[in-house]
Amino acid sequence: MKNIFVFIRRYFNFLFFVVLQISSLILLVKYNESHQAAYSNIANEMIGRINLQYNGVQSFFQLKETNRQLAAENARLRNSITDNFEGADTNRVAVLDSLIRDTLGRQRKYLWLPAKVVNNTTASQTNYLTLHRGAKQGVQKDMAVIGPAGVVGVVIDVSDNYSRVMSLLHRNSKVSSMLKKGNITGSVEWDGKDPRFLTLRNIPRSIKVAKGDTVLTSTYSANFPSHIMVGTIDGIAADPSSNSYTLKLRASTNFYSLQYVNVVNNVQWDEQRRLEAVPEKNP
Amino acid sequence: MSQLVKNIIRFICFILMQVYVLNQVPPLHQFVTPYLYFLFILWLPFSTSRFALLLISFVFGLTLDYFSNTPGLHAAPCVLIAYLRPFLINLLISQEGAELNYAEPSIKSLGWAPYSLYIFVFTFIHHFYLVFLEWIQFGNFLYFLGKVIATTGISLLLIFITEMLFFRKQKFRTNTAL
Repeated sequence: MKNIFVFIRRYFNFLFFVVLQISSLILLVKYNESHQAAYSNIANEMIGRINLQYNGVQSFFQLKETNRQLAAENARLRNSITDNFEGADTNRVAVLDSLIRDTLGRQRKYLWLPAKVVNNTTASQTNYLTLHRGAKQGVQKDMAVIGPAGVVGVVIDVSDNYSRVMSLLHRNSKVSSMLKKGNITGSVEWDGKDPRFLTLRNIPRSIKVAKGDTVLTSTYSANFPSHIMVGTIDGIAADPSSNSYTLKLRASTNFYSLQYVNVVNNVQWDEQRRLEAVPEKNP
Repeated sequence: MSQLVKNIIRFICFILMQVYVLNQVPPLHQFVTPYLYFLFILWLPFSTSRFALLLISFVFGLTLDYFSNTPGLHAAPCVLIAYLRPFLINLLISQEGAELNYAEPSIKSLGWAPYSLYIFVFTFIHHFYLVFLEWIQFGNFLYFLGKVIATTGISLLLIFITEMLFFRKQKFRTNTAL
């Protein structure tokens, strides 16, 4: 027994070093599996506050770009208002409401929550955003995040007033998408090189694709609403090892100048997940 | 200014510098990521006990990790260089008792060549381990090699500029004054 104590005392520094190394590696591995940091709630809240201070200064310099983006988005939305589409003989009235059920009996599926970006990185291989909107304001894990020009990322961590978003510019991010022409689904990833370009995989080689084709989120994606802009095709390469293309996309979102985004809540997702969790019974 | 206050201010400055300036630099290339924060550990006083050195480095690395959302990724290399630091300092100190005469490692206390070696070795070890951890996650050997070399080069340049900008005055303390 005494020898053990002598041993510990003698090699205390080395043992302490090993303990710290192992604990940091455990933190890293655990985080990569679950994307849930230890003590994340407190740390998230504190770092969110510091980021907010910094953002107060920094956002001022991007006001011009933010205005341009918002104006462009407004113009796009105005163009799609039903009032703009009018036949010669119609008396349809468009009613905008935020009720759960509209007058045609359709159920609401997506709820859009605006949020301010208080921190955003593009320089590393694993990029994240911090939003000034958290669990108290209705944000939950796995919700989709969409910017004024297109897809931005997925919420991975939520504290009371802040949430962290795994940007589309992350080695682990994956968004189910489709070509606008023909609705062929594939998945969009990021190869870690250039923040302006993304990669679209799993498009079969039998499909005809051309430069400039639009890529949208697919109808199979559960957290993203369908038909949200992801990017346009910029380069085409056939993947020699498989029967599909590897397409280079120009991202529609400018990740350098994100100021305001929308967090999208799929209110029917719970029901879908519950149904899909039930194991199939063969008749 | 006492050593403690000085180092607390340095802690905050290095974290803010790394998070809000260097991490915000638009990427020139995927290999190039400017790192400077670990210089804090290399500048800690000689008199820090090895236990305190390890603990401070762990907390320092973890603080940065919470900002960049990678818990453990920077803490692990920080702890490694903190553990190895006393060994290399013992090897490099040329005159007897320089660690008593000066407060912390610098060009003046160690001398030009040993100090450069000290910086180079730890920059390399830090980046090697850091990129190694990234490499395990993503797996691309060319990325690993290229990033270690490019990042070490950029860091050395940054450290050189920092040493020139913030010249640390080191008072010579005699043994009798202690």
